[in-house]
Order: sequence, then C-alpha cells, then structure tokens
Amino acid sequence: MKPPAFDYHAPRTDEEALDLLSRFGGEAKILAGGQSLIPAMNFRLARPAVLIDLNGIGDLAYVVEEASGGVRIGSMTRQRTVETSSLVRDCSPLLHAAMPWVAHVQIRNRGTLGGSLAHADPAAELPAVMLAMRARFRLENNEDERWLEARDFFTGFFATALAEDEMLCEIVVPCLPSYSGTAFREFARRHGDYALAGCCAVLTLEEGQGDSSADQTIKDARLTYFSVADGPVEAVQAQSLLLGQSPAEGLFAEAAYTAAQTDLDPPGDIHASPAFRRQLVEVLTGQALAEALKKALEAKD
Amino acid sequence: MTVGRGERLYCGAVETGRAQKEIIVEVNGREIRRSVEPRLLLSDFLRHEADLTGTHVGCEHGVCGACTVLMDGEAVRSCLIFAVQANRRSLTTVEGLQAPEGRDLHPLQEAFREKHGLQCGFCTPGILMTLIPFLRDNPRPRKEQIREALSGNLCRCTGYVKIVEAVQEYVSRTGGGA
Amino acid sequence: MKHIGKPVRRNEDARLLTGKAVFVDDVHLPAMLHAAFVRSDYAHGRIVSVDTRQALELPGVAAVYTAEDLGDYWRPGPLLVPPPPVEEKTFHARTQVPLARDKVRHVGEPIALVLAESRYIAEDAVELVEVEIDPLDAVVDLEQALDEQAPLIHDDLDSNLSAEVRQSKGDYQGARRQAAVVVRRRFEYDRGASAAIENRGIVASWDGRDQHLTVWDSTQAPIPIRNGLAEMLGLSESQVRVIAPFIGGGFGPKIMMFYPEEVLLPWASMQLQRPLKWIEDREENFYATTQERGQIHWAEIALDAEGRILGVRDDFLHDAGAYDPYGLTVPINTQCTLLGCYQVPNYDSHFKAVFTNKPIVTPYRGAGRQHGVFVMERLLDLAAREMDLDRAEIRRRNLIPPEAFPYDNEIIFQDFRPLVYDSGNYPRCLERALEMIDYDDFLSRQQPKARREGRLLGLGLVTYVEGTGIGPYEGVRITVESSGKVNLVTGVGTQGQGHYTSFAQVAAEQLGVGVEDVRVVTGDTREFHWGTGTFASRGAVVAGNACHNAAKDVRRKILEQASEALEAAQEDLVLEEGKVYVKGSPESSVSLGELAVRANPLRGAVRHGAEPGLESTSYYGPEQGATANGVHAMIVEVDAETCQVKIVRYAVVHDCGRVLNPLILDGQIEGGVAQGIGNAFYEQLHFDQTGQLLNASFMDFLLPTALDMPDLDMDHFETPSPLNALGVKGAGEAGAIPVAAAFAQAVEDALQPLAPGLEILEIPLSPNRLFEILSEHRDRRDDGRGDA
Repeated sequence: MKPPAFDYHAPRTDEEALDLLSRFGGEAKILAGGQSLIPAMNFRLARPAVLIDLNGIGDLAYVVEEASGGVRIGSMTRQRTVETSSLVRDCSPLLHAAMPWVAHVQIRNRGTLGGSLAHADPAAELPAVMLAMRARFRLENNEDERWLEARDFFTGFFATALAEDEMLCEIVVPCLPSYSGTAFREFARRHGDYALAGCCAVLTLEEGQGDSSADQTIKDARLTYFSVADGPVEAVQAQSLLLGQSPAEGLFAEAAYTAAQTDLDPPGDIHASPAFRRQLVEVLTGQALAEALKKALEAKD
Repeated sequence: MTVGRGERLYCGAVETGRAQKEIIVEVNGREIRRSVEPRLLLSDFLRHEADLTGTHVGCEHGVCGACTVLMDGEAVRSCLIFAVQANRRSLTTVEGLQAPEGRDLHPLQEAFREKHGLQCGFCTPGILMTLIPFLRDNPRPRKEQIREALSGNLCRCTGYVKIVEAVQEYVSRTGGGA
Repeated sequence: MKHIGKPVRRNEDARLLTGKAVFVDDVHLPAMLHAAFVRSDYAHGRIVSVDTRQALELPGVAAVYTAEDLGDYWRPGPLLVPPPPVEEKTFHARTQVPLARDKVRHVGEPIALVLAESRYIAEDAVELVEVEIDPLDAVVDLEQALDEQAPLIHDDLDSNLSAEVRQSKGDYQGARRQAAVVVRRRFEYDRGASAAIENRGIVASWDGRDQHLTVWDSTQAPIPIRNGLAEMLGLSESQVRVIAPFIGGGFGPKIMMFYPEEVLLPWASMQLQRPLKWIEDREENFYATTQERGQIHWAEIALDAEGRILGVRDDFLHDAGAYDPYGLTVPINTQCTLLGCYQVPNYDSHFKAVFTNKPIVTPYRGAGRQHGVFVMERLLDLAAREMDLDRAEIRRRNLIPPEAFPYDNEIIFQDFRPLVYDSGNYPRCLERALEMIDYDDFLSRQQPKARREGRLLGLGLVTYVEGTGIGPYEGVRITVESSGKVNLVTGVGTQGQGHYTSFAQVAAEQLGVGVEDVRVVTGDTREFHWGTGTFASRGAVVAGNACHNAAKDVRRKILEQASEALEAAQEDLVLEEGKVYVKGSPESSVSLGELAVRANPLRGAVRHGAEPGLESTSYYGPEQGATANGVHAMIVEVDAETCQVKIVRYAVVHDCGRVLNPLILDGQIEGGVAQGIGNAFYEQLHFDQTGQLLNASFMDFLLPTALDMPDLDMDHFETPSPLNALGVKGAGEAGAIPVAAAFAQAVEDALQPLAPGLEILEIPLSPNRLFEILSEHRDRRDDGRGDA
C-alpha cells in the first residue's frame, strides 16, 4: 500500500498554485489535507501525475467574520480549527455541531474544510452542511474568480463544478435569519465512521407570535442529507410540506416520511440496504426537526 | 529469465524519474536532513530514514492509528502525510517521550505498565501519541471523553478496558495534564 | 506463593512502551531488497500466462519469480494437522502452493514474487506484471459447494468435499423418540478476520560466507518453521535460525504454516544472496492471511418434559476455504465444544467441510468453539421458550455436577485424545453470574419497567467450556548465570500474552529471585529448538509446567551446591532474595551468582558425572487437555428505530484453574470479549457471488473501538486442574467464545415486545441485518394473519 510516484510542487502563494494548475490541468491534483487523497493513493485507486500541495500557503487558512454577519473560511483551514472556532460556534452552529462527527481528531488536525468539500464524498458530512447553510464558494483560476452556490458546486458522485484549472479558495457560510434553529444528526456504525445516513435541518420561524410551538409558523425549512445519494441532497418536497405550517409532531413525522419515501432514493451497500437507509432518514429527520425547532424557539426567548 | 536489473547493486535510493526533495525535519528535538522521493510516506520516513521504529504501521489508510505522531504538537496519522510535507516541521514520536529524572518511563507510560494497558504493544505508541495532546487539552477527562479520545486508535488485544484505566490512573497520579 | 497468583507488572512493558521492542518490520539489514506479490484478481480461474518482462525492465527491480521459476522447490505445503483418529471420516488434503501455477483458487492467491530496492518500486513492478486468467465460476456459497453442477476447485477431486466426519455417543434416534420436546433450527455463522494490528512479515537473510539462513517471522511457531525450511531448502536444521521477535498480535492465523511468503522469501534470499523483507500490508492481510468462521448448522435438541437434555443432533457444513492445511481442527472443535457444560447422553454430530473460492480457513481465537457454543446455547434458549422455562433454570438442570469429574464425553477431541473434562464447578459459576448481572431483579423489575417505558432491554446468559492446554509438549531451559540473574528460554512464541512475565513468575517462585531478575527469551530457535508453538490456549499450561519442572530442578541443584558451600543439610537451607543461607543465620549466606560460579569451575576437578552450571531443561507434555469454563451474561438495549445495540452491562465468571497472574488473565478475557463483540456485531467479511471481498479495508471491516466496548464486571473461580503440577488451565481464547451466543440471546430478548416470537439464528449481526430480520419477521407474521 505505497502510493504511485508523482511530481510534487509546493507553491507559496495561491497565484503560484493557480499557475501550476493551469500548467498541468487534469494531470494535477490538489493536495489539501490529504486525508482522503492519500489513502486513495496508498490503495493505488488515485494516481495523480502531479500533486500541488497547498499546505505552504498560509493565506488560505483563516476564519473571519463576514461583514454581513456570516463566516468566511479559507479553504485550507484545518477541520480542527473550524471545530474549535468560537466564531463558527456562534455564527454557524450547524457547522459547529457537525465537526466532531468528521472522522477522528487525528484526521481533523490535518484535514481541511476546502479539501473535504472539493473531494465531494457523498458520505461526507460537510457538503450537506454547506448545502443546508446555503454556503457560497469562491473558485479561482489564474485569470478569474467566480462564486457558486453550494447546490451548484456539488454535481454528483465525487464530482464538483471545479474546472481542471480551478481551485476552491474560500467558503462563505451566511448567517441564518433570526428565529432559526439547526440540528445535525447522523447514524454511523462506529463513532468517526462515514455515516450510513445523515441529516441537517434548519428551521426558521416567523417573527412575533406566541411562545408555544403551536403558535409558530415555519418561514423556512431546509433538510439536507448525506450518504443517501450520489452527493449531498435536499429533501425538496419535505421542505415545502413544512413551509407556512405550524410546527407539530404530526407534521414533522409527515415531513420525515416524505423525505424518506418520496424525496430520496437511497442506494444499498454492505452496510445498509435502501430500505434501512430510508428508515434511518425518517428517524434522523424526525429527531433533527425536533431539535431544530427547540433551538429556534430558544432563539426567540 | 527472472533476474532483472537488480543484478547490479544499487547504492542509495533508486531514481524513479521523479525529482527528489531535500527536507529538514526536526524529530524529537534532533534535526534530520534527507533527500526523499515525494511519495515517501512520513511513517516510512520515520521508521526507515530516521530509524525510529517505535512508530508502527497497521493499515496505511488512516484508520488504525498505530502510526500516530505529533506534528507541531498535534496528533496526526503519519501514514497520511508525505515526508516532504514535514519539511521544516517539528515531529515527536514515542521515542521522544521524556521520562522524569531518575525514572525509565514517562508518567503516562508508567501508568500503562501499572494498569496493564498493553498486551502485544503494537498499537501502544500510537495510542500514547494520541493521548499526549488530548491530556494536555483535557487534563481531567471524564471516562466517556477518554473513550472518545481513544476511538481513533484500534487495539486488538486489550478490549481497551485497561487502557482507559491507565489513563484514569495517570490523571489521578499527576493531577492532570501531559 | 510469593509470585504465582500475584498481579505482577510485566517485564516486557518498558521496551514496548518506549518503542524499543523489535517487531519484524523493525529489522533492517544492509543491501536488503523488498518483496511484493502479484496476486490473483479472480477467485477462481485458469492461469493462461504470466508476463514479467516489463516489470523486470523497471529500474530498481532485482527479480521476479513465477511458479515456473521455482523448479523442484515448487510443491504444495505440508499438512499441518493430520486428521484425528475418528472412525467415520473422509479427508482430502489439498494444501496451499507457494505460487499459483495452473489455477487460482481465491482472490489474493500469490502468482508472482517481485523483489526490488524498495517496497514502493516493488509495488510499481507488480502493476507491470501481466497476468492473463481465464475466469471460472466461483464457489462461494457453502450450501451450493457440493451441488453436482458446482465448479470443481481441485480438479482431481470428484467434488468440493474437503472432509466428512461423524462422531456420536449413545443413540440419538432412540432418545428422540422419548422426547417431550424437540427443537430443530438452521444456524448460520459467517466469516471474519482476526485482524491483528500488526500484519504478517518476514525478513530472510542468507549469509553465503557462513552458509547460514536467518529468518525473522511473525509466526506463532518458529521451531516448526525452522525445521520445515531446513527440510525444504536442503539445509541442516543448525544452518537455519528462525526468530519470532515481538509479534503484534497473533490470534491464530499466525500459527498457520507454511504461508507461501514464508516458503519463498528464504529461498529467494539464497538465490539472490541478499537479505529480503516482505511486510504484508493491510489490504493483503484480507486475502493472504487465513480467516475463519463460516459454518451452517442444522441442529436439533431433544428434551424430556422437565427440560433435561436427552440428546442433540447436529449436521453442519464448514467452510474450509480454498485449501485445508490445518486439517480438521476447526470443525472438530465445533463438534466437541457444542456439548458445553451440559450432560448430553446422546449425541450425533456429522459435518462436511467444503472447499470454497475464499481465503484459507485456519483457527482464529476460539477456533470453531464459538459455533458449537452458539448452536447449543441457542437451542437451549429456544427449548426454554417453547417449554416456558426460565433460561437459567434450563441450564441449571443440565449442568454437569461437580462430582461427575473427570467427565468423559465419549468423543475424540482435536488433540486426538478422548474428550474428557478434567475438573470444574459449573453450577457455582452459573449462580455467581446470575448474582453479578442481578438476574432476578432484571426479570422482575428492570426489564418490565423498561418495557413500560418503551425501551427494549434484553439479557443474554451463556455458559461455555474451553478445551485448553493440549499437547504435544513444550520445553524450557533455565540457567542461573554468574550474575545471579536467571535466564529462561522456551520455544513458544509470544504475541502479547505476557509470557515474559508469567513464565518468569513461575521460575522466580522456585528460585527465590525477583520476577524482574528472570530474563525470558522466547521464539528464537538458536536459543531453544524443541517445541511446537503458541496455540489452543496452551502456553500457560504446557510451557508453564515445563517452566515449573525446570525451575524445580534448578532449585535442587542450587540447594545441592549451597549445601556443600555452607556445609549444611539441604533441608536446613533457605533460598530467597537471590541467596541461600542456613535457617536462622541469614548473615552468612551465599549468593546465587557465587553458586553458579561454583557449579561451573574453571580449574580443579568435579565430581564424576556432575553436570556444569545451575541449569536444567525440562519438557512437559500433558496426557490430555485441561478444560476451562465460564459464564457470560450481558444486558443490552436496542434502539427500535435504528437497530443500534448498546451493551449496558457485561459480567464474566471464569474458571481456568490456578491463576498465574490475575492482571494478565483479566487482560486476556477483556481482549477476548472485545473480539467476541466484534464478531457478534461489527466484523463480517462480505464476499460477492464471484468471490470478491467487498470490504477489504479497516474502513469497511469494522473492529470495535474504545467506544464500543462496555465496562466488564469480572470474577474468577479457581478449580485446579488435576492434570498438571501448577493446576492451571488455558485462558487465551475463553473471552471470545461465548459472546456471540450471549449477544444473540440478549438482542432477541430485547426485541420480543416489538416482534413477539422473533428468533436470532445467525452471527454476525449489524443494525442493517437486525432491521432486515425484523422486517422478515413482520412479513411472515402478516402472511400468517392473511392465511388465518
């Protein structure tokens, strides 16, 4: 299990990195944290001819507050840094809640936010979090930059909208509107494993109204999933079922059922059959909605 | 015919057509300068170039944790890092754990011996290197936290029971911290 | 006892904890080449061609060998364990080959050996070897392996039958006719991997000047490896030294021999006149190291109206894998262990071992015993349910009573000897386990309360025996050196069981020295070359008693020397703290070192016939195995929605005779339980219909982590074995044996409110599998209702 040979470049700036990318194009692969790429290379499942190592570019690792209230995170920010960032905790509780579920601390010490997103593993937590948070991604090549919404960034099984000469440089996780609550749920065989199914829930309530949940109206609902499709996926029909409704156990159960049975068509593998995944989706959705509601109500206090 | 070019004895590394990189790494306080092929895994560098064979290799895909070392003070899987990436970084391996004056073991190692926290001992160096920063950051961990901290290291002999006890023993002896 | 029975801290730990212990991969020799293997991508097929030309062109490649290049050296491996002398048996020995020649029979079977300047280059070259294979249909499913249409794995046989054995006692059919209740079920137990964290490895170094071969091998049996290699390579045994250094976990598969790599590396080292290293990687380990556990049983139990066992009948299929070098050990263990702690007057057991296109099956911790315990315990549970009997009570009624020992089961065990239990007190263990798990309180209060709250709580309670400490023999040499320190050498290898300490304890007990003063050397054939290896939970019994005998003999010599030196009668001497003195006058003593020098004089004359030194070599071979036993009880909580299972409590009562070191013993049990939990709920090798393994990585083959292990509540009884002087029985495998049976029972119990009548008849389980079992049960019930 030794990786195949490659040419190695360690640019010091993102300009240098982008030049290298444009020079080598599809031959090259970006080495971020390497926690998914290097195992794949050790199994010789990935065999890039050229590796462009971004670890020497200090400018790509940061967590700062966005003027509009969200968080801007450099793509080379270590997952552990995101996990322990108080800014992330305060501005993006969903991302904060998801981080401990990403593998183990030894992996998060090295793995990066951008690396995980660009890798687009359908079983990974972070793409689904970004989809739920309506995050925006800044992509650069050596001539230009462009911004993509999370939903346009992830294009399929280990696939993204990144062109061969493009690099993911920054992720902006916007703030949620007032009276929002979020929840993260996954079911894995062992802690730290890729989940068999996972769910992110975001609920936003209309302002005003009374104290009890029956008095509330759901203004916005987002339900995203991982490990149940070829990429992160949103349960569109379940979401629309929730909109404009008053939160209630029965409603949540119906949404969970709709997500599991109508929105999603999960695949089967040795760890979970499609039917079991549907079951997990339903269970996790119910739990996530209940917790998100609780948080949203707390936000009203 | 089965005998190939290896009939001639190669001296040093064999060129595979990829440029070697000169690196300087500080390992356990000692500076090591080598020219390495970019694909050389840090685990292999430590074991075979730096001759620090206490770092063990169990899976080479980042799951078992046997190869865990400290890079700039934080636990990482040395099988998931290329040696070239350790250039100008500081590493600590199990050989770098210091025993206090007059003792033969670091207090954490001492606690493992006391509580029988190892059997074959193959996974042990990786476990120690995972625990060092964990105990630094969590000087008084609860049992569940200890178990979670250990969950990225596989041990096939002990069932973890006595490893957890060893950590508790260490915490109670030292009053916490690493 | 000063040392025996004490929780002595281990002598080997300092080296292991500081990273100084030498494992095979830590051996580095100048000019060493590295090996990698071209392995079959197919489970079954004919080799059309192997083209090594491109690989040989790669810079840094020293050699590539195929089966053809081996010439006369190519031959199937030896049959490691011949079949025991059972009357009704068939056995077809088909052993593994060093490199596949005409056919490949499992994925990962080696086809060519590449040697290069680094493992990196060797792996590059492996990719350049072009292998053309004409694939054949694979035999994967046990039940289809013996179909007439099934493809033949070994073309010279009429079928894929590896072995067939029947053993019986009494008259089962007659007993069945008397029965009030008969329960019959099909049980399935699937494959797992032992997955020691250290993979296998070999370093072979032929020194042409010295005409000497040194081999470092991660084996549990260095001496047989040395003897076999010498024979194969045409060398004298004294020209071969095999060292099993520190081994990173064995668990059985490292006793298998000869692995192809073990045969090839030494030979190639002689060919190339260079040291060679092969370190198995984790991916290879899933194919190249032996596995265990595939069996399907059709079993039946007949009971009288009081729930007493009248007889058991079992027919089973055993998955041997592609070759059967380990003979019948695993299925015979299953056959023998099924009887368990119970009086079973009539038994009829018949099995067929079948070849499949999967990696070879040899013992893995438990070595077939799990299956027997699983089948028997499940049968008792189902019978108890049918008879509305308490599950503790049905066991209680059938336990062999303490006064019945030695208890003859009237069948033949894996050691070729009649299966006779030497000693034990089974009821005492059962009652203690019930107490520890709060059995009555669980049934009367905890479980009903949980059920009222909608929580699924269940209990598992399982008894088991473990046949341990079998022959043939082991030996130990003990020497008191002129420093007064003791050197103890034995042939058994050690893989983490603490032999450096427990053997030292046994010696120190006799020799009046500290445990830390005894330096133990194991697994180096230059130091000791008689013995077989570490397997079948026999180290403490067999080598332990050899230690005891050797130490007693050295003690005798010490006292003889001291008696002369101190001019006192031997019976007046005290031997302690490294010196001997006359009772009552400790101030005029003579040290062990001085006595050792006296016993090995440089000048002068010695008594006629005197042997030099304070040294003795002793061998111990038990007439039959010692039988350990125990009870495990666990409480689980099952999440009805996700089918996740949490073990809430776990109690172990264990009796392995005299305990040498309780710390080490507890560690053995805990580790065994962890592997049992892995086996029950996490670890399953998934093969598809073409024989491809779908989860050959630690990402998909799931070993339990620290978060998956419960705390254990443990208690020991000591019913000494009458068979050996120390009174010990083995304990290495015990922890792993009953776990799956207890887990299945507990989960089944927990699920009853959700799925009344649900039965769990298979292992391993998983949340996904539990979900399926529940769905199937629901469907069956719905169908049943439809019919009514």
